[in-house]
Amino acid sequence: MKAAAFAYARATSVVNALELLAAHGDRAKVLSGGQSLMPAMNLRLLSPDILVDIGGLAELRGIAVRGNVLVVGALTRHVDMLRSPEIALHAPLLRDAVAHVAHPAIRNRGTIGGSLAHADPASELPPCVVALDATVVIRGPAGERRIAATEFFKGIYETALSPDELLVAIELPVAGQGSTFFFQEYARRHGDYAIVGLAARAVVAVGGFTDLRLGFFAVGDRPLLAAAAGKLVNASVTPALLAEAATALADELDPQEDQQATAAMRRHLAAVLLRRCVAALLARPELEAGAAT
Amino acid sequence: MTETRATDTLSVLDRPNSYIGKTVPRPNLDRLLQGRGQYVSDLEMPRMAHVVFLRSPHAHAKIVMIDADAAKRMSGVISIVTGRELEAVITPWVGVLSHLKGLKSAPQHAIAVDRVCWQGEAVAAIVATSRAAAEDAMEHIAVEYEELEAVTDMCTALDPATPVIHASLGDNLAFERTLDAGDVDRALSESDVVEADFVFGRHTGVTLEPRAVVADWNAAEARLTIYQGTQAPHMVQNIAALHLGLREAQVRVVCKDVGGSFGIKVHIYADEMATYALSKLLRRPVKFVADRVESFNTDIHARDHRCRGRIGVRPDGTITAFEIDDLTGIGPYSMYPRTSAIEANQVVNLVGGPYVTPNYRARARVVFQNKNVMCQYRAVGHPIACSVTEGLVDLAAARIGMDPVEIRRRNLIADDAYPCASPSGMRFEQLSHHASLAKLLQMMDYDALRAEQAALRARNVHRGIGIASFIEVTNPSAAFYGVGGAKISSQDGVAVRLDAQGSVICQTSITEQGQGSESLTAQIVGSVLGVSMERVRVILGDTDNTPYGGGTWASRGAGIGGEAALQAAKALRRNILDVAAAILQSTPAGLDIVNNSIVNADDGTPRIELNELARIVYFRPDTLPPGIQAELIATRHFVPRQYPFAFTNGIQASWLEVDVETGFVTLLKHWVVEDCGTIINPQLVDEQIRGGVVQGLGAALFEKCIYDERGQLTNANMADYLVPMSGEMPDIEIGHVVSPTQESELGAKGAGEAGTAGAAAAVANAVNDALRPFGAIITEIPLTPQVILTALGRI
Repeated sequence: MKAAAFAYARATSVVNALELLAAHGDRAKVLSGGQSLMPAMNLRLLSPDILVDIGGLAELRGIAVRGNVLVVGALTRHVDMLRSPEIALHAPLLRDAVAHVAHPAIRNRGTIGGSLAHADPASELPPCVVALDATVVIRGPAGERRIAATEFFKGIYETALSPDELLVAIELPVAGQGSTFFFQEYARRHGDYAIVGLAARAVVAVGGFTDLRLGFFAVGDRPLLAAAAGKLVNASVTPALLAEAATALADELDPQEDQQATAAMRRHLAAVLLRRCVAALLARPELEAGAAT
Repeated sequence: MTETRATDTLSVLDRPNSYIGKTVPRPNLDRLLQGRGQYVSDLEMPRMAHVVFLRSPHAHAKIVMIDADAAKRMSGVISIVTGRELEAVITPWVGVLSHLKGLKSAPQHAIAVDRVCWQGEAVAAIVATSRAAAEDAMEHIAVEYEELEAVTDMCTALDPATPVIHASLGDNLAFERTLDAGDVDRALSESDVVEADFVFGRHTGVTLEPRAVVADWNAAEARLTIYQGTQAPHMVQNIAALHLGLREAQVRVVCKDVGGSFGIKVHIYADEMATYALSKLLRRPVKFVADRVESFNTDIHARDHRCRGRIGVRPDGTITAFEIDDLTGIGPYSMYPRTSAIEANQVVNLVGGPYVTPNYRARARVVFQNKNVMCQYRAVGHPIACSVTEGLVDLAAARIGMDPVEIRRRNLIADDAYPCASPSGMRFEQLSHHASLAKLLQMMDYDALRAEQAALRARNVHRGIGIASFIEVTNPSAAFYGVGGAKISSQDGVAVRLDAQGSVICQTSITEQGQGSESLTAQIVGSVLGVSMERVRVILGDTDNTPYGGGTWASRGAGIGGEAALQAAKALRRNILDVAAAILQSTPAGLDIVNNSIVNADDGTPRIELNELARIVYFRPDTLPPGIQAELIATRHFVPRQYPFAFTNGIQASWLEVDVETGFVTLLKHWVVEDCGTIINPQLVDEQIRGGVVQGLGAALFEKCIYDERGQLTNANMADYLVPMSGEMPDIEIGHVVSPTQESELGAKGAGEAGTAGAAAAVANAVNDALRPFGAIITEIPLTPQVILTALGRI
């Protein structure tokens, strides 16, 4: 379990990193926190010719509020998000999600940029940025571009990034009046990848939703912003309506079978999560029971 | 004479300043916590090479051709060796024992010759200057295989249509045992009969430090030194010598710190044998450290059983009979030298063991399959036997509408019925089932918990209580292996000597893997001698420098090695007092050793310090009276003779909650009451039990080696194979009942496997208890959300 030999370059600036990526193309891999990349290399599942280590790029670190946008640098570590007052105030969903990411040793090194660029469909942060309607900031040879989080994830370990581009930051709209959040995942053990999870942002007024974004994960090849949520917005949420939404959700899901769960179990758990999420966000525990016997 | 031994007849365990029964810190704690442990994985030697094994990707295949030419030319590569080439140095072996009648297996090679029989079997050894270089070269070895049909399903392994893995054996049946005691048919015909199929997930004991060996053949001395994390150094010495064509005296096995064993490191593995042979072949030190993927593919697996069980019960709760039909798949070879029939054999021995019914019928069949080898892992057979027995008892209770505690109270062997024997012939010296049950109920406040369960059920919260009584095999005599022809010692020896400054050096044949052998030995020796523990240095794990003995497995270290330590310390004490009496012109009877000094036995007045006595003995023997020759070293051995095993007993309970919507189980609390006889160090005993419980809880909820139908292990990594972790573990409360064995002066029985024996059974019973309103009964572990949701009809 030793990685094959590889070259290593520690980027001195974003520009330098982009030059290295341009020179080596898809034979290079960007090293950020390394929490997914290094195990994959040690198992020889990945054998890049060169690692471009962006760990020293201070310009990619930090959390800042600019107007009504919260900017999170790509190198911001999970532990930084867990402790950040800005995150707690403006994007508490991220804080709640990070608590479910693996274990402290991994959270001390893993970064948000690395997690999003890796695009594991069972990981916690991608559905958060989708639910929060975030924008992914990307730098490449042609300069900077911005892409909606909903457009960023393309499949299992696939994103809109090309090999010569670098994810540099995430921009999140700050939480508005009446915003509430919900994060839950079902995993066999604390810190494991989810069997099914849900990251949600809602705006609740007079007992109902005026906005509801449901980011499901581990139910397909990428995080799913459930259209079924629309059924519950600006409507009186009854058990019947919730059941209708669950049916609509089932049509949207395309879950995989793996060792933890069949596709049927994932559909079932997603419906349970939907009910529990809505019940929690509306503070109406009776909705949780749903159609359960 | 009576007076002489006044201090001796007052038990040696009750002497002033005794460490027995006290929680004292382990002497090795600081060393380990400061990173000064001596693990084989960390060992470096001059000219040391690293070996990596190219392993079969197929479960069953002919090896047509191995082309290593390109790999041999790569940088850092020292040698690439195939099974055929290694045969010149090491002979194959067959894992059978004569007392397991009919057990058969095929010759196994250190590296596969011509054919591979499981995914992960070594096909070639790559020896290089570093592990990384060897792995680089491995990618350039081309092996041509011709795939053969793999036998993977143990249920069809004996079907005529299924290929026979080893043609020379005739069929895939490795071993079969039947037992018929009492009159089962009549008992069942007069009872309500409940039956169920119990299914257990194949799992493994994941050690923090993987298996690790450095073998160093010194051609000048014609001697092989094996540094290895093992539980049985003398067994390794015997086997290595036997198959390398050496005398035992030509092999030294050194075993310092070991990063966890759990029975995984009590066997002889093919890749370890290959490493010894490679060192001899290449005349240099060779290191093998299994990586995590190799560990999952080659460390023994265990518990792959399907067991059909039946129980007869009368309306008054009397259990009338047990009947089982157990099937287990062990991989392609019976493991060496302890064999892979022991687990099934134990299941037959132990089912129904806590209960009085004399009617018991059993069949166990052990079959070959093309999967990794299976063998003994902590609590061998116990979790299977306990889960089947206790699962059946709960089903019987449910059938007649009786509380699970009440049916046990009516059927557990009475505490005053000993000595007695089980229907399978297991002899019990003294057990304490009823005292243990009473203590458990009090610790868990059973009635209050039942009330809480009922109240929560009304609010759609589903909690369950599960109880499991168990018996545990400890302190095995020669009945375990020796009578079957295995050169695995059941006796242990301890040598104790007083050094020139009054310090004590103690060499013992038991080994330390973290369970506290070093501590318990020092506690016993310090207590019996009257010397403070920090003056006692314990040396273990070196066949050149310890007495001959079995090592540490089957919960035998404290009971057997501890008694040897006690007797050796007593003998040295007598020797010291003899000299002291000569020096002080007193009598041995008039003196005692307390707190590192010779004192007057009657009033405790200090007479001479031990370091002064040692100074005289070693440097001024000329001042001793004529004819006095001091012997400040004593050696004693011990082996149990009256009972084949010192059985212990205990009972566990689990309190948990099932989320019936998601199928997830939350463990809320776990209790254990256990009777291991004399307790030497309460904290070590409790830690052992807690650790064992955690491994049992892993089996209950998480751990399973998942093979596909082609015999591929699909979750050989720490992300997909779920070991139990602290986040999911409940508080584990432990209580004790103490029934010392009379077979030794120490009275200690084993405690190492009690936790593992009953934890899964308690959890399974608790889950079924929680699901009772839904009419779902599950007799399969691990109890995954998928299994629970399926049983509930949710998916």
